[in-house]
Amino acid sequence: MAGTLAEKVWEAHLVRRGSDGSPDLLYIDLHLVHEVTSPQAFEGLRLAGRPVRRPDLTIATEDHNTPTLDIDLPIADLTSRTQIDTLRNNAREFGVRIHSLGDADQGIVHQVGPQLGLTMPGLTVVCGDSHTSTHGAFGALAFGIGTSEVEHVLATQTLPLAPFKTMAITVDGELPVGATSKDIILAIIAKIGTGGGQGYVLEYRGEAIRRLSMEARMTICNMSIEAGARAGMIAPDETTFEYLKGRPHAPEGADWDAAVEYWKTLRSDDDARFDAEVVLEASDLEPFVTWGTNPGQGLPLSASVPVPAEIADENERVTAERSLEYMGLTPGTPLREIPVDTVFIGSCTNGRIEDLRSVAKVLKGQEKAENVRVLVVPASARVRLQAEAEGLDVVFKEFGAEWRNAGCSMCLGMNPDQLKPGERAASTSNRNFEGRQGKGGRTHLVSPLVAAATAIRGTLSSVSDLDLGYDVDLTTFDGSPLAPLEAPSFV
Amino acid sequence: MEKFTTHTGVGVPLRRSNVDTDQIIPAVYLKRVTRTGFEDALFAAWRGDPSFVLNQDAYSAGSVLVAGPDFGTGSSREHAVWALKDYGFRVVLASRFADIFRGNSGKQGLVAGIVAPEDIELLWKVLETKPGTEVTVDLGAKTAAADDVTVPFQIDDYTRWRLMEGLDDIGLTLQNEADITAFEADRASWRPTTLPAKHLPSVPIEPARPVG
Repeated sequence: MAGTLAEKVWEAHLVRRGSDGSPDLLYIDLHLVHEVTSPQAFEGLRLAGRPVRRPDLTIATEDHNTPTLDIDLPIADLTSRTQIDTLRNNAREFGVRIHSLGDADQGIVHQVGPQLGLTMPGLTVVCGDSHTSTHGAFGALAFGIGTSEVEHVLATQTLPLAPFKTMAITVDGELPVGATSKDIILAIIAKIGTGGGQGYVLEYRGEAIRRLSMEARMTICNMSIEAGARAGMIAPDETTFEYLKGRPHAPEGADWDAAVEYWKTLRSDDDARFDAEVVLEASDLEPFVTWGTNPGQGLPLSASVPVPAEIADENERVTAERSLEYMGLTPGTPLREIPVDTVFIGSCTNGRIEDLRSVAKVLKGQEKAENVRVLVVPASARVRLQAEAEGLDVVFKEFGAEWRNAGCSMCLGMNPDQLKPGERAASTSNRNFEGRQGKGGRTHLVSPLVAAATAIRGTLSSVSDLDLGYDVDLTTFDGSPLAPLEAPSFV
Repeated sequence: MEKFTTHTGVGVPLRRSNVDTDQIIPAVYLKRVTRTGFEDALFAAWRGDPSFVLNQDAYSAGSVLVAGPDFGTGSSREHAVWALKDYGFRVVLASRFADIFRGNSGKQGLVAGIVAPEDIELLWKVLETKPGTEVTVDLGAKTAAADDVTVPFQIDDYTRWRLMEGLDDIGLTLQNEADITAFEADRASWRPTTLPAKHLPSVPIEPARPVG
């Protein structure tokens, strides 16, 4: 029978098929653990006297609570320190591999998996974090789980699950210069809505997706959850294999050949049936920004703040009014005229080396807008090392940006990196919820290129608004891999 | 999970409806890293009131809570069930429960029995006129008895079976242990393992410092 990519991966992990309405039992290949959603799961094991079934399929790192300054000093916030100490103790007690603050492999869990070569096509990957969908970019079935499920996976390496529905999202054509994969996913979410993907695994396909680098694909899959989807996937291809080959945990020798042969079968069959289909034309896209308080409230940068009175649907109108009030925006204002206080470049969505390279390329030799604070937070310590080896840190510092240590940072403000009430940020992260980046903080989700241009102009901007005074090869900004500078490779 | 067949313990009449999970355990207690030790957090806002039922000697060692309708509404926090269990409760009886709370109870071995409103009233009368009366809950017979009053309660068959067998979700999955082990034996050798750990050489990380 013809199958979709998601169905093929599901079938390959069936330990036991459910009957009479009971769920299927699915095997989990890789379990990523961090400090926030794991403490009660380990406690549950301890109380029941159970071991971690497969410590060798489990890996932990510290990311949500970690400070991005003074990482060699004791963590000031007591709750954060307790959560991190608890993870370290649990890892030691249960024999789980951990990469702690200060370790070269510490970082956001969704960067650590791929950079170590642990994330690969055809796996099931789970983590107590909704952005686990990131790993779907490799053709893995990857999704976030709750604390009880974290305990379940630790104890059994399986999860009882009811099958998901499938949705094909085809992005045809070619992205225009200055638009990126972030703009693709923001446009998709604006089109299908924050609940449009509920109950679905999304499969992104089409020419525009094929042309994207691995890191750009990760950005798209990362935000699948913002459309309400359980997971997002992209079929593996040469780009995927190229990214994986030679990474520390990538298969070698005969294993590599066997793996690639299998991975090549991981694509939806031509006659596979999806439960829903959506089509988008990439050449119509331009840089996208959000204006409201959910990721679905986004518009092209050339548009203006919506006028609620013009919205026909009453629910949407009321939501828009409430969002605009929180965001402190006047209906009808051109988005390009919105001034920001902070630019945040980082997160599991856009904190990888290609993101930092493209930002550095725009910022190099430019002057920072007055009164704008720019925070650059690499997704992992290895990304930081790589950026420093390429001299990107010097570009950031000369521009007047703060160059920080790795972690989730201002994406969710669990550490000291927060917006103050009323402050406005252009942020390369994934959620613009009320108070997400700090109580009363206002967030506009943007691509790294828009973040960079905004840092120079001080209002939401795209690179085409800049008068750089020299020639920058913008064709490298479409998300395809930039030629790395001469430097040792860390990521 | 411990098997549950019958339980006898002091009944606590809680004459309130719509006891939401924020009342059962306020959000401020969610930052903890443990799953146990929430007994002080249970009904935290009410515990300061000397007239609150659990502050009365006759009821303070209670283990069967008899509550008003719509118990456990609001936030999905599993902490609400943990707090009730940590305090010593084994059973909650009410005429209606919030779905998620009822689901969480089943997962954690707390019996949530649905009792008709008029029967709840009968139990309340016994427990209020004779403080400290014990209630015997028989999960097999689906009855609760206090003094000369015996009332039936409802609980779904699947949850009842799991509680009586002492099976949590994990315990149930582990009944498929042989299937899991067989699946693992066939796992392709290219599929990754995190141990033994492989990574690029360790490099010292320079701590970033505050600017200005």
